[in-house]
Amino acid sequence: MGIKGKIRKISGPVVVAEDVSGLEMHELVMVGKDELIGEVVRVEGNSATIQVYEDTVGLKPGEKVLGSGMPLAVELGPGLLMGIFDGIQRPLEVIQQLTGDFIKRGIKTPALPREKQWHFVPKLKKGDTVLGGEVMGIVQETPIFEHRCLVPPNVRGKVEYVAKEGDYTVEDTVCRVSGEKGKVELKMYHKWPVREPRPYVDRLEPSEPLITGQRIIDTFFPVAKGGAVAIPGGFGTGKTITSHQLAAWSDAEVIVYIGCGERGNEMTEVLLTFPEWKDPKSGRPLMERTVLIANTSNMPVSAREASVYTGITIAEYFRDMGYNVAIMADSTSRWAEALREISGRLEEMPAEEGYPSYLSSRLGEFYERAGRVKTMGGGIGSVTLIGAVSPPGGDFSEPVTVHTKRFVRCFWALDSALASMRHYPAINWLTSYSEYTDYVESWWNRLTTNRWRSQRLKAMEILKREDELKEVIRLVGSEALPESEKLVLETARLLREGFLQQNAYDPIDTYSSPEKQFILLDAILNFHDAASAAISKGVPASKLVAMPQLAELAKLRMSVENERINEIQKFSEALSAEIKKLMEVRS
Amino acid sequence: MTVQMEFRGVTKISGPLVFVEGVSDVGYNELVEIRTSDGEMRRGKVLEVSKGMAVVEVFEGTTGLSTTDTSIKFLGKPLMLPVSDDMLGRVFNGTGEPIDGGPTPFTEDYRDVNGLPMNPYSRDYPNEFIQTGISAIDGMDTLVRGQKLPLFSGSGLPHNLIATQVARQATIPGEETSFAVIFVAMGIKHDEAAFFKRSFEESGALKNSSLFLNLADDPPVERLVTPRCALTLAEYLAFERDMHVLVILTDMTNYAEALRETSAAREEVPSRKGYPGYMYSDFASIYERAGRIKGKKGSITQMPVLTMPNDDITHPIPDLTGYITEGQIVIDRDLHRRGVYPPINILPSLSRLMKDGIGKGKTREDHGPVASQLYSAYARSQELRQLSAIIGEEGLTEKDRAYLRFGDAFEQRFLSQKFDENRSLETTLSLAWEMLSLLPESELTRISDKFVKQYYKPK
Repeated sequence: MGIKGKIRKISGPVVVAEDVSGLEMHELVMVGKDELIGEVVRVEGNSATIQVYEDTVGLKPGEKVLGSGMPLAVELGPGLLMGIFDGIQRPLEVIQQLTGDFIKRGIKTPALPREKQWHFVPKLKKGDTVLGGEVMGIVQETPIFEHRCLVPPNVRGKVEYVAKEGDYTVEDTVCRVSGEKGKVELKMYHKWPVREPRPYVDRLEPSEPLITGQRIIDTFFPVAKGGAVAIPGGFGTGKTITSHQLAAWSDAEVIVYIGCGERGNEMTEVLLTFPEWKDPKSGRPLMERTVLIANTSNMPVSAREASVYTGITIAEYFRDMGYNVAIMADSTSRWAEALREISGRLEEMPAEEGYPSYLSSRLGEFYERAGRVKTMGGGIGSVTLIGAVSPPGGDFSEPVTVHTKRFVRCFWALDSALASMRHYPAINWLTSYSEYTDYVESWWNRLTTNRWRSQRLKAMEILKREDELKEVIRLVGSEALPESEKLVLETARLLREGFLQQNAYDPIDTYSSPEKQFILLDAILNFHDAASAAISKGVPASKLVAMPQLAELAKLRMSVENERINEIQKFSEALSAEIKKLMEVRS
Repeated sequence: MTVQMEFRGVTKISGPLVFVEGVSDVGYNELVEIRTSDGEMRRGKVLEVSKGMAVVEVFEGTTGLSTTDTSIKFLGKPLMLPVSDDMLGRVFNGTGEPIDGGPTPFTEDYRDVNGLPMNPYSRDYPNEFIQTGISAIDGMDTLVRGQKLPLFSGSGLPHNLIATQVARQATIPGEETSFAVIFVAMGIKHDEAAFFKRSFEESGALKNSSLFLNLADDPPVERLVTPRCALTLAEYLAFERDMHVLVILTDMTNYAEALRETSAAREEVPSRKGYPGYMYSDFASIYERAGRIKGKKGSITQMPVLTMPNDDITHPIPDLTGYITEGQIVIDRDLHRRGVYPPINILPSLSRLMKDGIGKGKTREDHGPVASQLYSAYARSQELRQLSAIIGEEGLTEKDRAYLRFGDAFEQRFLSQKFDENRSLETTLSLAWEMLSLLPESELTRISDKFVKQYYKPK
């Protein structure tokens, strides 16, 4: 049994305990008479400092502190999907049944439902030799998701017993293995400490893009499966909507969404909309592949610190089954602030802006848990990590953004100027970047007869040129520009309004298939080519700009469904023919 | 049963904090009564406790306390507010005691003012349109029931006028029930408080309102308790008594100053501009008490007011607020100077919940696209206004000049309205179409042709 001691001091979420020699770093402890859950963050002689995951109101010096002998861990097994958990994996639905609409303290409830029966199909037989991480059986957790129950990574040996196919609860023994550590009874779930990355065999290079259906992301700043991305942006620039869109439409098999220190109503929105939205491939509700972790801004601050680890550990578990997992952490700045708050209470020496000096290494450790790997079970799985960053005042030179940039290879910079023009997603195409472009190029080339790179470079060139021209216009006005430059302005406008902008609330526009993205880009660039030819033949730009079809071209993203994209092709051809006519009139 | 312990004499007094030694059985955050040498009773709470030592924050300030003649009683429970329907129509001080000379309100329940976090799973999503009668808000940044939408203002700007106009005019079209208004003053001046009280009385809204007043010369520490008391009453009225409650909190900047003051007195490590690192969490514990709950009829809508120091929207107070609230209404000094009332700058303003509160069956089908088009057109007109200042209007195309005309009309006719002018949504939207009709039809790229045909009427 665990160590037993007493509280000496309480300050906010931080409690100092005494007479607890033997408590381990990061051990889970129970604090006070309500047995609030906490974690050891510092050990000194016979005293220990504990961050408590619940409100500490009413705790008194002298009350008991109990060690559990185990680190903070999550339960991994069937029952995770469609669930909403708090920062330390307590199911919020069960908490509601226990304490009503407001969260009270000292609630103890297992993460996974204990009564629910799952239909288990064994994949091992008696006498097999198994290694950690292998699949011992499968459970159809939701209509679209096959849950592969894994042998815990630290267990290996000979199978002595396997349960027959049938219905079992997560507590039933479904397998018994005899190995170096003696006999081990395996259940459908196992526990894993959140601060310890789950092991894998090898890291692989990313090769396939994570298709998100968001045009500016997939076409201009793609992320590979297994990549790490940061989305920084001041308030109101659309971090959360972008995160929601990614959670909804990414072609990952599992989504883990962490609402870390954000608004309660945002989690409610996810809870209400995801069951209604359908997966474009299977037609099933998106919720059936989603795990939600909600630690809203008014919930205890130290559980906020734990929530990102809870989320990433769950993501790694699904990765180990051989799936592609995407995890959104909204927002990592709130996590960093939780670190700062706890660090302040621990009276540590602060570094930049009051953040602890280990901020950078914690961020690094976290983002490194993303990746595409060969799993211990022999398959290939990936965790794509998308972290929202909320820089104070939208200033990207603040510590969290700066340190995050060192550990991600893709950066979607949200811009408040774009947001105030209601240009969404407000991802700035001049300051964003992706280092995954080269990795995913061959995937896109297969789809676009090798024209992906050249077309996107051409589009980017036009957008860059527009930015330069804006400076010129500021001095001389747009009328003074040469005809070809006037066309650049018009094409850039079409690119912005007809391609880069995407309305998350429009039923057609919210998701663009890769095919539609490319054909749409092609249509705009075809216009540019045809119009350039016309201008060189002396057609004035004003005539081209005034073509009534251009307004329609800018709206194709909303008017043509993914299934009818050849209409875009037809439209584009008709437009080119129309421009030819203008040329002929001229000559 | 908790035993109430009384101690005589304190070790140290510093700012609003009192350090007491030799105590035992004291709980974190519990309520404390402090009696001064001349018998005056003050209240405070335990900020930090260790074996034999407690740090107490005194709400009413420490003036007049001495280390020898002060006695301290630990009450063994956090600050509780007695609540009831009776509290509507009354005026309270910053800790919830009546100061209007009336009798003590009848008490139906005692509640911990700190509240408890609402379970995200229990929340119901806010999606009912509130008509404020102000075009800039209803048309462009719609408020919905259960939202928290702050006014970002500056000193000398008419935020108080706008807040009272909203409080007076807010209705749900088609519903009989009006809002119960809880007005929370934190560190505002006497004449401002008097203005609010008078306008509540004049409009007859006072009988359906509660006022919690902590004025500029009241102790700053009390300011930290005032919004919590008020929101405790709001939660009771909304979720036990099925009322729709509108809470106006003014001025959050003063609240944040008080927070900084106590933090400094506790010698905590500051983060930006000397504000404590936990200011975000602290703000959240106030703002997140807005919302709706599944299966309950009532709701809490918050309209906090803050004055941006030096009109700087990146200052930590507006910045952290903006990250928690569901949008912001920004009041603009330049518009105010030009005589526009309400001087709401729609470009940096935003209502995150607008999309779910408008449209077919709620307001009007074309509301969303119209607002979006007005935004981009107004943004364009502002760009062109700067440009024409450099190169002159002659350098602009005819289309650009149409945008300039649109921009002026938008400010003078759409934004501008009288303090007592209550516009229906229909009026707001037809004004919006009048403005859009100043632009060439081909510019309306964000609105589908169906609506353009129906409403677009160029002169």
